[in-house]
Amino acid sequence: MSDSSERMPLLDAVQALHARRRADDVVITSMGAAREWMALGAGPLDLPLVPSSMGTAPSIGLGIALAQPRRRVIVINGDGAMLMHLGSLVTITAAAPTNLVLILVDNGVYEVTGAQPTPGAAPARADGTSIAFMGMAHAAGFQSVYRFSDAADWARNVERVLAATGPTFVLLDVSSVPGSKGPRSPGPAAARARDLRRTLTQKLG
Amino acid sequence: MFSGEEMATLFTSIGITHVVSIADSTIGAWHPAIEESPDLRLVRVCREGEAWAVAAGLYLGGATPLVLIQCTGLFESGDSLRNVLHDWQLPIFSVIGYRSYLNQETLPGDTCLVFTEPVLDAWRIDYRLITSPAQLDEIRAHYLACRESGKPGAALIAEGRA
Repeated sequence: MSDSSERMPLLDAVQALHARRRADDVVITSMGAAREWMALGAGPLDLPLVPSSMGTAPSIGLGIALAQPRRRVIVINGDGAMLMHLGSLVTITAAAPTNLVLILVDNGVYEVTGAQPTPGAAPARADGTSIAFMGMAHAAGFQSVYRFSDAADWARNVERVLAATGPTFVLLDVSSVPGSKGPRSPGPAAARARDLRRTLTQKLG
Repeated sequence: MFSGEEMATLFTSIGITHVVSIADSTIGAWHPAIEESPDLRLVRVCREGEAWAVAAGLYLGGATPLVLIQCTGLFESGDSLRNVLHDWQLPIFSVIGYRSYLNQETLPGDTCLVFTEPVLDAWRIDYRLITSPAQLDEIRAHYLACRESGKPGAALIAEGRA
């Protein structure tokens, strides 16, 4: 968890994006973000990554972005998931898709398993200081890097951020949701994959 | 056993568009030819678990990816391939280097020789063991059969002395 005194509710963070994404954007969500996104309503180009292999959402987003370079691909990932595949930050910037936006919602905990702190969060660290995701994104070479802690500020800037030249990294400081549950799959995964591929290949822009 | 040019030609001939890979001493020697091929894009990943997920995204986006890793990376990437091949049932084909297979007399202690094939069986990956240069067409045939059936599959390439 990045050291920030201000945090926005996860639902507000997700809602601001949900209201402003374009209809032809692909949006991949995982864990708590997937739960909130599905509650708001998922469209045919949305991929709630349930069931998942934790941490792979950015890599799936990279693949879609490379296959469909004229389509914007947005990934909402959690901090615990990000820590599982930190190397994917470097993989993304090596390939450098200008159409990929990676949004990291950082609450410092493994929320759906009972809010245990991640190794990156201050309470779990010997020095009591959270790791710096912003520094990692800059060092990895993301073209555009942003951070928001206030929901209204994020909502005001969503469209500008999404329009930036990618690959884009956005850190959102969010509060954890006590007692929240993991997302449930909205339907058989294989059928959803077939539908998404069919939709994406029919609408190649 | 195979040159980079042979592998790049093979991949192109079966319609592969992206090769998602981490180098080992055999696979890495193929990378330059893959990069030079105008019909292939090499996507370098940092860890093999990423490779399956990147390939999954490529496939969902309409591309035809192939995962190219060593068997040690197969061991590392179990949960990711489980999700991609079995939860989402994506027919991703892989070419996997079988470390030390051709060096069994000089390097008999490499446990890759113990675990590679049982792990492929455990993950229910239909694979063909390739131990001779004469088997290049067997890779093509197995790929085409997997594509026809919509199933994942692998070619397990013996590494070591050519």
